[in-house]
Amino acid sequence: MTQAMERQGADAPVVQPTHRSGRPWPVEFFSTAIGKKWVMAVTGLGLMGFVFAHMVGNLKMFLGPEEFDAYAEALKTLLYPIIPETGVLWIFRFGLIVMFGLHITSAYQLTRMNHRARPVKYQSPRDYIAANFAARTMRWTGIIVGLYLLFHLADMTWGLLDPEFVKGAAYNNLVTSLKRPPVAAIYIAANLALGIHLFHGGWSMFQSLGLNSPRYNNARKAFAAGFAIVVAGMNCFFPIAVLTGIVSN
Amino acid sequence: MALTLDAKIPPGPLADKWDTHKFDLKLIGPNNRRKFTVIVVGTGLAGASAAASLGEQGYNVKVFTYHDSPRRAHSIAAQGGINAAKNYRNDGDSVYRLFYDTIKGGDYRAREGNVYRLAQVSGNIIDQCAAQGVPFAREYGGLLDNRSFGGAQVSRTFYARGQTGQQLLLGAYQALARQIHLGTVTLYNRMEMQDVVVHDGRAQGITCRDLLTGEITSFAGHAVLLCTGGYGNVYFLSTNAKACNVTATWRAHKRGAAFANPCFTQIHPTCIPPADEFQSKLTLMSESLRNDGRIWVPKEFDDNRTAGDIPEDARDYYLERKYPAFGNLVPRDVASRNSKTVVDEGRGVGPLKNGVYLDFSDAINRFGAETIKARYGNLFDMYERITGEDPYTEPMRIYPATHYTMGGLWVDYNLMTTIPGLFALGEANFSDHGANRLGASALMQGLADGYFVAPSTVPGYLSGLLGTSVMDTNEAAFTETAAASQSRIDELVAVKGTRSPDHYHRELGKLVWDYCGMSRNRAGLEKALTEIPALREEFWSDVRVLGDPNGFNQSLEKALRVADFMEMAELKAADALQREESCGGHFREEHQTEEGEAQRDDDNFAFVAAWEYGGPNISSDSILHKEQLDFENVQLTQRSYK
Amino acid sequence: MSKMLNLNLKVWRQSGPDDSGHFEEYTTTVADDASFLEMLDYVNEQLIADNKEPIAFDHDCREGICGSCGLMINGQAHGPQKGTATCQLHMRKFEDGANIVIEPWRAAAFPIIKDLAVNRAAFDRIIESGGYITVNTGAAQDANEIPVPKDAADAAMDAAACIGCGACVAACPNSAGNLFTAAKIQHLNLLPQGQAERFQRTVTMVDTMEEFFGSCTNYGECQEACPKEISIDFIAMMNRDYVKSMLVNRRRLGERKIG
Repeated sequence: MTQAMERQGADAPVVQPTHRSGRPWPVEFFSTAIGKKWVMAVTGLGLMGFVFAHMVGNLKMFLGPEEFDAYAEALKTLLYPIIPETGVLWIFRFGLIVMFGLHITSAYQLTRMNHRARPVKYQSPRDYIAANFAARTMRWTGIIVGLYLLFHLADMTWGLLDPEFVKGAAYNNLVTSLKRPPVAAIYIAANLALGIHLFHGGWSMFQSLGLNSPRYNNARKAFAAGFAIVVAGMNCFFPIAVLTGIVSN
Repeated sequence: MALTLDAKIPPGPLADKWDTHKFDLKLIGPNNRRKFTVIVVGTGLAGASAAASLGEQGYNVKVFTYHDSPRRAHSIAAQGGINAAKNYRNDGDSVYRLFYDTIKGGDYRAREGNVYRLAQVSGNIIDQCAAQGVPFAREYGGLLDNRSFGGAQVSRTFYARGQTGQQLLLGAYQALARQIHLGTVTLYNRMEMQDVVVHDGRAQGITCRDLLTGEITSFAGHAVLLCTGGYGNVYFLSTNAKACNVTATWRAHKRGAAFANPCFTQIHPTCIPPADEFQSKLTLMSESLRNDGRIWVPKEFDDNRTAGDIPEDARDYYLERKYPAFGNLVPRDVASRNSKTVVDEGRGVGPLKNGVYLDFSDAINRFGAETIKARYGNLFDMYERITGEDPYTEPMRIYPATHYTMGGLWVDYNLMTTIPGLFALGEANFSDHGANRLGASALMQGLADGYFVAPSTVPGYLSGLLGTSVMDTNEAAFTETAAASQSRIDELVAVKGTRSPDHYHRELGKLVWDYCGMSRNRAGLEKALTEIPALREEFWSDVRVLGDPNGFNQSLEKALRVADFMEMAELKAADALQREESCGGHFREEHQTEEGEAQRDDDNFAFVAAWEYGGPNISSDSILHKEQLDFENVQLTQRSYK
Repeated sequence: MSKMLNLNLKVWRQSGPDDSGHFEEYTTTVADDASFLEMLDYVNEQLIADNKEPIAFDHDCREGICGSCGLMINGQAHGPQKGTATCQLHMRKFEDGANIVIEPWRAAAFPIIKDLAVNRAAFDRIIESGGYITVNTGAAQDANEIPVPKDAADAAMDAAACIGCGACVAACPNSAGNLFTAAKIQHLNLLPQGQAERFQRTVTMVDTMEEFFGSCTNYGECQEACPKEISIDFIAMMNRDYVKSMLVNRRRLGERKIG
């Protein structure tokens, strides 16, 4: 594909063209950077749906322990008895694990590719114009959110961090956990990171998916900002509500 | 060497010449084409289109550029547009009218046959470029838009915003890239041609300097096409790109190719005047600005008031005063000369008193600033960037600058120089514009030569070489030429003088501009002919070229180019001296009418001046050959814009 | 009247591709109506007068159209003025006494030749892989037989304005070549003439691009650095065409206008 020339001196690096033919198209697609970005956008969109639904579900905490626990229970019995108990929940969980897995794998591989593309960094300070804080810290906010996810699961699902944890008593577990100021601080910090991640990701996915038209281009950044503020803002408000006693057992 | 100028214009009626000729040219079968190697030097419009077209036919093409990419050639900077006799506007255009306008615009110093062919293929160029995806301006119906350009009375200029040259070059470059991908064309970038190898009376190859390693390498071919542009940078300050140079054509001239009409240079009237001694080049502002701008200078000498403080009755709208019919839209040469006259009188404007005003205040009052912005917004922005002045509130300052060179290597109807097998295309040849080029015709000629003329005539030459193989580059003809190229470099580096190549280039430019610029006279030209050789001698004894010659060395590149400009400038002055008439871009002060207009002498100077190299004392050694121009179809008239 | 500026320069000097390179400091005084490259010319004249090797940098037309020039000036590709190539940047944009740091483009695909000059041949390789419409000379129909909607022609022209300077790659924190490649692909993909090869072209050019450059993470830094202000909207269009190229049945492309 690339024309080889017998030249001395600095020429463009010689690269071996990759031979992709013969592989199934999804594998081929995922082997390209644009494919990976598309996968990141689709999985990101799925995960955005998850965090949004999760946030909306959590609003039940303002309706009291009965409503909240009933909601938690209902998730386990979705579509029951057509599907066995927790069946749908496990389908969701499996889907989320796959999405996280693909999202993180793509991010890791793209980061490696980008490091290879500039082995010698600029030797003087850069002056960025468009690349904002959110965009430049995606991999750090992503890591923070990932670690927070494990913490959150350990705290609220597996009950490893809270001696007062009672399996099934969702409302109670939530309040006892978030009443501890250090835990509340972790939740708030992590959700700020999530907000920053969403602020860039919520816009970036439109570009990666190729959703672009003068009709709605202006709305894309507004959507991302609004989404990030609503989700991260509400998520930060939950621990504050517990700490201030708005939500209590 | 006895040099004969046979233009090989085919017989027969004007309109049939090209078709007859194409039929008479011998063909080469597709199976034999890959046995021929064609060397193309330069990747501007002419070079890229010729290399791509010959590659498409199946020839083995090697293409050379001193840039990092073929797309950077200076054709890319053309703004205005490209002419074609399509008559899409139904306003009376035709092949014959484009031919007639070009001959007349060139002040009757071009060949009828060549110019007619140019007009004939002009329409095919637009077809070809549109098919390649050149984003020409469109009307709402989706068809091509046209505009009238450079004072033409018909709308025949196709354009792509203010970047027509860029888009046409990218089209040709993309066609070239396709052939590179297919393997018919091999690209050699950052390679600068140093010499033509002539053996057995024909061009058999070239030597090049690899700009990355400094190595001199040789390439053999059955034919060599020089598509290396013009020599406008002999003035140092011009609208040409910094690297534009005369080396390829001048080296070919020294190997036996006649150089035609070197004194014909076009000066463009609307450029931004130099601001200070750091100025490295001049920037052209599109000619279309004259449609709405009014040109004036103060009536008073040494008037130091700002433009706004000079009342209406103290302004001299000299073009409107002298040429009531055409006003500010007089042709390029007339506008340029008049600017020079008023500046020389001491009525120039700006900090260095080196420009004239181009004032849009009337147009802004009449149409509103928004309309003017829609028409010229990008040009106004460019002006503001360069000068720091806002043309919406204060008038622009403009002054003429060298823009295009009509002269170049002498070629016959097949575009072949006086060295068999050596062709010259585009601005590098002299063929189609006579003494003055019309606006939007340079792109047309470059592409006509590259897409349509050379791909027919080069095979015609090659057919005679069927069965011969290219020379081995180890043969004496090659090694000797390469050694000469190397020793020239060694000599320059060994001078170890005190002044930079740019210093000498600037000095040369001043001399040529002062004595062989917009208007010339005998005394000045004779002075130039003594001062240029003196400067050349100083250059060769005092130039300082630092750095490793066996590596990337831009000082050495410049020095090599300046060395050739030094010689070429002398021939240019000699040619201007012998042409005792005023025509087109060549204005001899001794030959003007009572009103100060150019006066042609058709009885004595209706010829192409083709110079043969005779020795190192250019002005005395060069031999002048004359190719008489016969006009069978057009009536010679004096231009008048009163 | 022009004003004189005293400048402190820090310029990257590197004798060849294999040298590690270093900054050198110079002071100079130039008029504020000099262009940035004229300022460098002047520094070079001073260096030559001092018997020191001048600074190598690529440049040619000095009208902002050939795309030869390109310097990292104080951490910004082509310097502080938006929509302006280095050659069109003028010194009046700098204060008297300014400190100016000049570096070459940095990317694995743009190896440094010397000082500030880099090799951008990777861009040519991308074009060679498919950045054209296949039409041999002489094979074209009359230009007006293919009507092109004005909006499409204007959009294609917006993309085609690219000068191939490499500022997008230089400015991108990932050294991605997406803006260049997208501009070249969409210039052709937006036109009716380009439809026949639309998906083939997109695949080959993107694949070639990815052999050399990093990936796009939608920073938008390229669009800010671009001297022709080419929009990252074209990157989105390229992404869309690339995904489509995996899915469409190309044997049916002749049936209808491809949306």
